[in-house]
Amino acid sequence: MSQLITDTGPSPSGVSDEVDAKKSKTGALIRTLRTGAPVLPFLAYVSLGLLLPTIAIINLAFRSNAGRVTLANMKVILCTSNSSTCLQYRVGFENSLKLALVTSIVPGILGTLLAYAIATSEHQLFKRLTAACSGVLAQFGGVNLAFMFIASFSAVGGVATHWLADVGLNPWDHGFNLYKFWGVAFVYMYFQVPLMVLIITPAFAGLKQSWREAAENLGASSWRYWRHVGLPVLAPAVLGGMFLLFGSGFSAYATAEALTTGTIAITPIQIGAILQGNVLSGEANLGYALGFAMIVILLISVIGYALLRRRTSRWLR
Amino acid sequence: MASLELGYVIEGDQDFMDQYSRGNPSIAWIRRVHWGRGLVLFLAAAYFFVPFYAAMQFCLEDINGHFSLQTLTQIAQAPGFFSALWLSTQLAIATMAIVMILMVPTMIYVHLRLPRFRRVMEVITILPIVIPPIVLIVGVDGVTPQFLKSSQYLLALIYVVLAMPYVYRSLDAGLGALDLKTLVEAARSLGSGWFSIIWRVLVPNLRSALLSASVLTLALVFGEFTIASLDGWTTIPVWIYLTPTTNPRINTLVAMMALLGTCVVLGLVVSFDRSHRHSRRS
Amino acid sequence: MDTQSPPTATTTATAPKSGAPVVLENLTRRFGTTKALDGFTLHIEPGEFVALLGPSGCGKTTALRVLAGFERPDIGKVVVDGQDVVHIPAQKRDMGMVFQSYSLFPNMSARDNVAFGLQLRHQRGAKRRARAEELLELVGLAEHSAKYPHQLSGGQQQRVALARALAIEPRVLLLDEPLSALDAKVRAELRDQIRALQQRLMITTVFVTHDQEEALSMADRVCVMSRGRAEQIATPAELYSRPSTEFVAQFVGISSRVNVVRTGDTVALFGRDVKIRGAAPDGAESLDALLRPEDVDVVVNPTGLGIITHKSFLGATTRLEVGIGGAAVKADILSSGADVFELGTRVDLVANARDVLVSASRPAT
Repeated sequence: MSQLITDTGPSPSGVSDEVDAKKSKTGALIRTLRTGAPVLPFLAYVSLGLLLPTIAIINLAFRSNAGRVTLANMKVILCTSNSSTCLQYRVGFENSLKLALVTSIVPGILGTLLAYAIATSEHQLFKRLTAACSGVLAQFGGVNLAFMFIASFSAVGGVATHWLADVGLNPWDHGFNLYKFWGVAFVYMYFQVPLMVLIITPAFAGLKQSWREAAENLGASSWRYWRHVGLPVLAPAVLGGMFLLFGSGFSAYATAEALTTGTIAITPIQIGAILQGNVLSGEANLGYALGFAMIVILLISVIGYALLRRRTSRWLR
Repeated sequence: MASLELGYVIEGDQDFMDQYSRGNPSIAWIRRVHWGRGLVLFLAAAYFFVPFYAAMQFCLEDINGHFSLQTLTQIAQAPGFFSALWLSTQLAIATMAIVMILMVPTMIYVHLRLPRFRRVMEVITILPIVIPPIVLIVGVDGVTPQFLKSSQYLLALIYVVLAMPYVYRSLDAGLGALDLKTLVEAARSLGSGWFSIIWRVLVPNLRSALLSASVLTLALVFGEFTIASLDGWTTIPVWIYLTPTTNPRINTLVAMMALLGTCVVLGLVVSFDRSHRHSRRS
Repeated sequence: MDTQSPPTATTTATAPKSGAPVVLENLTRRFGTTKALDGFTLHIEPGEFVALLGPSGCGKTTALRVLAGFERPDIGKVVVDGQDVVHIPAQKRDMGMVFQSYSLFPNMSARDNVAFGLQLRHQRGAKRRARAEELLELVGLAEHSAKYPHQLSGGQQQRVALARALAIEPRVLLLDEPLSALDAKVRAELRDQIRALQQRLMITTVFVTHDQEEALSMADRVCVMSRGRAEQIATPAELYSRPSTEFVAQFVGISSRVNVVRTGDTVALFGRDVKIRGAAPDGAESLDALLRPEDVDVVVNPTGLGIITHKSFLGATTRLEVGIGGAAVKADILSSGADVFELGTRVDLVANARDVLVSASRPAT
């Protein structure tokens, strides 16, 4: 009713203008709440299940046992003092980073080569099969994968070890150890390589035929095409994939734990040890500090992937 | 299973599966067959199949090295196997139920009324890469009240968070393929209430998306080790790892069966998805 | 594009290499059970601009790709400048090709794209950059030389592609429907620019298109193709006014069909005997004459056999459609004299063509 009056003539007084303005602001607020209400359960769950623990980690990483804000935890895990008590954490980080680098660069290159070998096949069925395989193998991991490798490559009972020993190529005789760093890296390849194949295959599909033909037409040999066009165009995609693989290799826990029974010194295993109470007293909040450090490193790798993906999509779409 | 989270990011990105399998003409320039290609493929095949075959042989032979299904029968008698299986099953059902009840109505609503919120949801589902299970469990342990810690369903609640990215991707694709607005309006004009709409109209049309989401959740729960072991619960993966048995072949066989199960189930999802996508296109 | 500046020293230096004669002889290429090329033969003079025109699937692109070296013919020869190049790989054929779209290397700037061919030929950095800039100026994109392909419009990309193809001073320039992916206005502009450039450089050019307007306006000669064969190879004017086969008559320009009766080597067309062009089809029970709108004059006659059913103002001409004896004949008249013709006016048609193409009647659909 009041709407009709204000529409057809000047408002009776300035006061009711203000009231109307306030009413529309609260009205807008109510409307937003009403439209937003149905997603509240989801948001609440995510806040409780994901954000809250993350905030706890960020918070407690910087608090002492007494609750005061301190950098002591971070100092311990970074072990700037080089004392023997804290060295294990820095070594853990170094090993983790080394493992992540190795299992991102090597599978990155191998995965790219494999994807190229698959992409250049002329058999559609083969391509479809390998696509499905990659999708499945990339999900392998954890305890199951570890046990599969133990059963096949362990020093004494490993079936594959026996096969290789029969032809005189027993890997254990040549320095291979499934339960140490390089053995773990060897096992990680099982899911890292398919993951890279999954990531990089669309990039190969995005390499346009006309680029290749234009290069040939202008006089380029196969090698020169790859050198000047093919590889530079693929590079952001390959690098981006490696960033993602880095994150995957860095944060893996179950596979390493099951394979080495927790003996390998990498950060996830060390976090696991702290959580299981296998630590000296006074280091209670170290777990949070380690977790926080992992989050930071993973954040960097995800950002790296996102930035490179943008470059990739510009050239390969 | 660390790559589980990452795999979905790639798979959801674009229709590469279709492109890949249909043989995009951009790659048609390869005319010559390189022997190098054959070598690469052979080596890859060797690396991926040898351990699998060797492990299967390990499980399926007796002490004399002959083929035997002895180990299979011993699984049933292994201590704690059935309770671990039962626990995993319960958790799987609970996780699937919670995640569906949480995500399905939310995503339907978002697709209908709040399309901009999809962006937010996408970002949220990328978070599990930055906060992997080993890190998440640290935070969860810190904030969970004690009464919850003693219940096994805490695991289910955490698994819901881990499963979110897959469920989001599946449902997002499934909902995107429907003409949601029209379906809902038609149902409403016929007098259907909201519950009926979801249950009788939308769910049947989302069958394949729901199926793939459930299956991925199932694979996740049955394969999840990190959080279960660090919280002290004996699910199947934990059982495989921790249980000393008279015959190590038993643990390995259960692990191999889990891997085979993953293969079969994911393979079905992938092929089911593809055929559905093809029929939609035609 | 800058058409006012005189040819520079370097452009005249390209003249000796540009005019290579090309012969495609009896090319046959099969893909599975279909014949993409079926005994296709074409002789191209040095410096000539030839368009390959036809509907999709007619083999024009295949012919171009055989010439470029991306396809090998099952039978036939490709002779460039007296040399059979069939066994020479594409890299060594010294031809420049412009593709339909998206052929610029995305990781290089326009300048680097153009300089690529020169880089492969080991030209020094400064020299090849200068040449690239020169070519970009030739196509009117000097200010955009540092831009990347994704920063350029479709038309600009194709101009860069043209500059890139010309940079290597090829013997033959090949264009595979370069304008199809562009919108109409850009297409028209680029059409003129390509033709002007080609005439200046006098480079032998083969241009593939399905758009007859493009082919007729740009080419010295047009080769109309269908099902892997050449239907007719002639100048645009001849192709238009004197199509030698039914396919060409229907594909190029507008034509109307009128049923006629044959006597010897003439047919009776609107009361006049008109000579049959070429050979009449044998054994055909009923014959149709294929007429162009200009082949027919329209005269008002209250007792005439024709009646005007359509009238379209086209600018200088007006197109009338006349229903006569069961056929619909399109006739063009000058708009200045169009007032006397209205819908329903009775008219007579008079054939003014010297000869007429005749083909077997099609059954009524």
